[in-house]
Amino acid sequence: MFQLPDLDGLFAALHADGYRIVGPTVSAGAIVLAELDRPAHLPYGVRVETAPGHYRLRPGPARQAFTHTAGPQAWKEFLQPSPERLWRGTRDDEGFRVDAAEEPPRPTALLGVRPCDLRALGILDGVLGDGERYARRRAASLVIAVDCTEPGEACFCVSAGGGPAARSGFDIGLVERPDGGYLARAATDRGTDLLARLAAPEASDVEVTTARKAVDEAAARMGRRLPEVDLRDLLTRHRTDDTYWSAIAERCLACANCTMVCPTCFCARVTDVTDLTGEHAERWQRADSCFDPDFSYVHGGPVRSSTGARYRQWISHKFATWHDQFGGSGCVGCGRCVVWCPVGIDITAELHALAQRDRS
Amino acid sequence: MNTDPAPHRYRVVVNRAETPDTSTLTLRPVDAPLPAFLPGQFAMLYAFGIGEIPVSVSGRCGAGGLMHTVRAVGAVSRAVHDCPPGGFLGVRGPFGRPWTLPAPRDADVVVVAGGLGLAPLHPLVRHLRDHRVRYRSVAVLIGARTPDDLLYRAEYRRWRADGLDVRVTVDRPLPGWNGATGLVTALLTGLRPQPGRCAGYVCGPEVMMRPVVRSLATIGMPTSRVELSLERNMQCGTGHCGHCQLGPLFVCRDGPVVPATAAENLLAVREL
Repeated sequence: MFQLPDLDGLFAALHADGYRIVGPTVSAGAIVLAELDRPAHLPYGVRVETAPGHYRLRPGPARQAFTHTAGPQAWKEFLQPSPERLWRGTRDDEGFRVDAAEEPPRPTALLGVRPCDLRALGILDGVLGDGERYARRRAASLVIAVDCTEPGEACFCVSAGGGPAARSGFDIGLVERPDGGYLARAATDRGTDLLARLAAPEASDVEVTTARKAVDEAAARMGRRLPEVDLRDLLTRHRTDDTYWSAIAERCLACANCTMVCPTCFCARVTDVTDLTGEHAERWQRADSCFDPDFSYVHGGPVRSSTGARYRQWISHKFATWHDQFGGSGCVGCGRCVVWCPVGIDITAELHALAQRDRS
Repeated sequence: MNTDPAPHRYRVVVNRAETPDTSTLTLRPVDAPLPAFLPGQFAMLYAFGIGEIPVSVSGRCGAGGLMHTVRAVGAVSRAVHDCPPGGFLGVRGPFGRPWTLPAPRDADVVVVAGGLGLAPLHPLVRHLRDHRVRYRSVAVLIGARTPDDLLYRAEYRRWRADGLDVRVTVDRPLPGWNGATGLVTALLTGLRPQPGRCAGYVCGPEVMMRPVVRSLATIGMPTSRVELSLERNMQCGTGHCGHCQLGPLFVCRDGPVVPATAAENLLAVREL
């Protein structure tokens, strides 16, 4: 572990290497992910207050930039941007000519990836990693994780199988100290090279122990937890529990917020468009949601026409069928879906309620 | 799996009307051809500037050309259906899991098609006809709404001549129809497949496939020997867009052909 007095040196080194730096910053009353020119753009002095359907910025420690939990955006925005043009074509004598060429992705440093989101990146790699565009962007990304010392009311990463410390999948791992300094560790050759160039001094054992303790203690301060049952089995068994699903449908607006903010929701739609002459066509990809009735449309109508069926699809995909498809859960416990649900549906409370039905 | 997002150009060389709203297109590659398709696999067919739809191969499926039977239902399928000889379509693929072929040697093979469901079964029927001696019996049961909705009707006589037991029924007879009327399951009467050496291939509306699987079981064909071809909204073909999910399945990647044992429980859940 190395000591960094601040992030100035890291920013300078990343910029010198041609990276654009993307990280958290305050905008419009929320912490958003955006390109950052300098460390001062990070959300210093901000804490986040969260609850189901509730998100407010509050004053926090002035010298710290990472005393907040997940905001409304997830890193998927930079790895699978929406909307994105997949190709464009022009009509010609041989039908049409397709131009799929694209600019190589810009090397991008993802700064301030929390451990929950780090796991989400790993999950997305498993889902989209065999797609060329995703793979190229991912290869051009450098991941700088920041361990979590301030979990929020909506957080449940520990019960989702993670925790406040970054374990793998990053290049550089940081722990922020109350004085605004950092302890840094490298997990890849790229990370090692970068840290070596910063000529940072080694941290003492005491410093390392103190920092680790702050992160370990965060694990005990999660605001929520998932029920300790086999969720995959629970959801599969309750697939036809129609009274339960229609009860949720009475509250759910099918607004799709949960799927938009979810760091692992990857579904996308493609739309073909032309200009007015009909000579030029383009194919665009946009984020899509299983809450949209059109999502499951086949001739004649949607397969999932009721809101209850669509909610069941979302929660069952995350916690049950994701295992079949990708060998693990699709939920990392970041709490975004709880916070950004306009009617405050809490996915952990719903799973507890479902588990309760087994007992009653 | 071919994840190339851009379609390859194909020229329509034949557009043959099958029914008033359905036609079969023969396509030849303009650029480098896509890899050969297997019976049961599907392509994404693109009409320039209008859109793209998933369509199973319904005939020739080698690298030299493709055949697709398309019913005009929406904007894209209408444009594809109407594409004249000399016109161009974009094609991506091959996608998905094919029918398991060949069936076991000396097996009793039962093919059940409902309506447009005969289209994805067509290349499979051709295989069975070409390799008829390999099997003990091959029955092809075809149901359609009316006699006018029967696909590939001109071929049935040849299939019969080649030793296939072709049985046809319609929901609504029209003047001049001498054949059977009623559900396709009624055509199973008299078939006695050897339970240990048989294979069933089924494609049609979901409301038809579930009773067919049950009826096949009652005549002695275990559900474990039956495959179904499913339909869901498909946009990428590569398991990345999420639309085609049916429980744990990505129908575009794990299907469209799935074992009936896997599909049975899933299709029984409403709006899954």
